[in-house]
Amino acid sequence: MATLTQKSKMKEAQSIKVSGSEAVILSLMEEGVDTIFGYPGGAIMPVYDSLYHYRDKVNHILVRHEQGAAHAAQGYARVSGKVGVCFATSGPGATNLITGIADAQIDSTPIVCITGQVPAHLLGTDAFQESDVLSISMPVTKWSFQVTTPEEIPYAIARAFYIAKSGRPGPVLVDITKNAQFGQLDFKYEKCEKIRSYHPYPPIDSKKIEEAANLINKAKKPYILAGHGILLSGAQEELKQFAEKTGIPVANTLLGLSAFPTDHPLNVGFLGMHGNYGSNVKTNQCDVLIAVGMRFDDRVTGDSNKYAKQAKVIHIEIDHAEIDKIIQTDVAINADAKQALKELIKSVNSNTHKNWVQEFRDCDKIEFEKVIKKDLYPEGDQIKMGEVVRLVNEIADGEAVLVTDVGQHQMVASRYYKFKYPNTNITSGGLGTMGFALPAAMGAQVGEKNRQVIAVIGDGGFQMTIQELGTIFQYNIPVKIIVLNNNFLGMVRQWQQLFFEKRYSFTEMTNPDFIKIADGYSIKANRISERKDLQGAIKEMYDHNGPYLLEVKVETEENVFPMVPSGDSVANIRLS
Amino acid sequence: MADIYQDDTGQEVKKQFTLSVLTEDLPGLLNSVTIIFTRRKLNIDMINVSASEVPGVSRYTIVLTTTRSQVEKVVKQIRKHIDVLGAFVYEEDEIHYQEIALYKVPTDIFFEGMKVENIVRANNARILVIEKDYIVIEKTGHKEETQKLLDTLKPLGVLEFVRSGRVSISKSKRKTETFIEELENSKTHSLNTNGKLEYGKN
Ligand SMILES: Cc1ncc(C[n+]2csc(CCOP(=O)(O)OP(=O)(O)O)c2C)c(N)n1
Repeated sequence: MATLTQKSKMKEAQSIKVSGSEAVILSLMEEGVDTIFGYPGGAIMPVYDSLYHYRDKVNHILVRHEQGAAHAAQGYARVSGKVGVCFATSGPGATNLITGIADAQIDSTPIVCITGQVPAHLLGTDAFQESDVLSISMPVTKWSFQVTTPEEIPYAIARAFYIAKSGRPGPVLVDITKNAQFGQLDFKYEKCEKIRSYHPYPPIDSKKIEEAANLINKAKKPYILAGHGILLSGAQEELKQFAEKTGIPVANTLLGLSAFPTDHPLNVGFLGMHGNYGSNVKTNQCDVLIAVGMRFDDRVTGDSNKYAKQAKVIHIEIDHAEIDKIIQTDVAINADAKQALKELIKSVNSNTHKNWVQEFRDCDKIEFEKVIKKDLYPEGDQIKMGEVVRLVNEIADGEAVLVTDVGQHQMVASRYYKFKYPNTNITSGGLGTMGFALPAAMGAQVGEKNRQVIAVIGDGGFQMTIQELGTIFQYNIPVKIIVLNNNFLGMVRQWQQLFFEKRYSFTEMTNPDFIKIADGYSIKANRISERKDLQGAIKEMYDHNGPYLLEVKVETEENVFPMVPSGDSVANIRLS
Repeated sequence: MADIYQDDTGQEVKKQFTLSVLTEDLPGLLNSVTIIFTRRKLNIDMINVSASEVPGVSRYTIVLTTTRSQVEKVVKQIRKHIDVLGAFVYEEDEIHYQEIALYKVPTDIFFEGMKVENIVRANNARILVIEKDYIVIEKTGHKEETQKLLDTLKPLGVLEFVRSGRVSISKSKRKTETFIEELENSKTHSLNTNGKLEYGKN
């Protein structure tokens, strides 16, 4: 303990005598936390008891499963830029959080998870509801820490917040033994501003900026790939200025969507396996690739040995471990995206690349004829996912936050939703966690009251966290839920069709009556199976005051195209 | 990138690397460092953890056999850990290193003339303790050397043998304390251009 006290270098601020559990709540309030998603249990009861006394100041939302708490905290964080907070008890409560924590880790989302733990003297004894959550969480957290004495609480929470939100954000877990919650301490709080072993903001190397600018100024076919890092560093304005000054086309990764307006003349689309045709094939034709705040996920690169081999690669990335991890760079700028772009803007020449941008537009025409037209304006009897998204666009007009789950509907919605504002796209990218959308949408709606949140979910993923309808009902969270029901685990079925000769091994679903389920929670709901009713139904959903579930029966065996077959080159993207 | 790390077929060659890692002295840290290897199915050849010359700072010496590109990725992941102060990769010619081995042999093998004593002397080993039943021999050296002594003693009877992980010291002139002071004083803890974090409005 002595070392910890030394490290925290507490100021001689006024201290008050409180219990550890009260210190948890006071520390969170010091960090400006006004919302917590959680679920109580034995080992965290003292914290819940303290929370009771502060229930007017801190809003606690009782989820229906701890995974939902983690995803809700993620949705809250992604939409607001604040740190999401969740509580869970020891053992099963803590292990239930893990999926959400892993999702937050791979998608760089700042959340602080506080778990109760058995009393310190019982650690390692297989006590009731003891699980070694510290070890379990290690590979999927940015930092995890176990608190066994009350005095450590303010120190641990201050550190947790600093680590979660600085640099490349991520999840942090603080595990607090019950004796530490019951014990007393002299409480004083000091925010953490520095950890000597942690350097989240590498300084910008002006030589690298110059090298990058030289490459960019000479380039004939430069190409910007914009990732989540743009949104995390708040660099959307800088990205726009940079692209407009240089005339360079911009494509977005899945998590980078909404960092650059969809209808911007330099936006050339969405990258990756089900991204746009032009944005993928042009990766292998550009001469300078400028990757900003993205990590060359294999869903973006396809076969990385056949990815952008002809191009000089500039990688702007805050996480040093991402540089040269997948793609060898020519110029690496290890820095915060916003700071780096600010510098780069000063060093690049004004330019236009009309012919080069036109090449993307030519690809768009091909994609429109072969794919988009059929998706958005289908002629068959069955409703297509794409047309649902088109009609949502007509009503939402980019003002809503789109939250998607994982599967075909996710790809279709990401392809066709028209993003206007930053942080209006929330999805599970890196982990691809089915069940993410419903709780994340709930958290996002709590975090952003001025925008409508629309969740687009498959019938499979919906049933993975369907119990959160209870939370939505209890707190009257006005999310709009669109379930695109194809009675299949659609994305897996698509792969079975294309790569496993249509052997539909356990992907067909017999679903319950979702409308009755919603009704059980007093959530207004509607089911649509005919095109003529769709537009009206979406409008009714949108205009409804309160949560709403719209189930749309869509084509059962629709396939999402374009598609870069797994492990193939982006150049071999298929249009059918 | 054809270079010394590739064989004729362009395949990257595996070599032995020594990592030197400085961390805060905290429980659980060893676990979070080793899972970085576990996750990549990399076997650690040797590992040694001990207090460094700076109070509160541990030094890890980790030896593993892999490719250059893999070891560089691993080192970046280790550095990324919040409580890691620094991590450095060395090849054999960039460090001085030693391992220590202890050999427990029956006391009676010393009664058969000077043979064993000669072996001990010839191998630059020394006798650590003499008990009624056994004698412990100590030898410091590289693995080939400690192994050679083991192979020589084995036919005469070895009750128990143990070899430590490698400890190494780099050939650089850097002083650990200065390195840590620089970390403390660096301006990379926050976005100092405007003095506030852009992300995290909490
Ligand atoms: C937790 C979890 N389990 C399994 C998968 C594998 N998986 C990816 S997409 C998918 C199908 C999703 O089906 P559905 O939710 O109905 O959406 P659709 O693809 O039909 O739009 C599955 C099973 C996953 N991503 N996450």
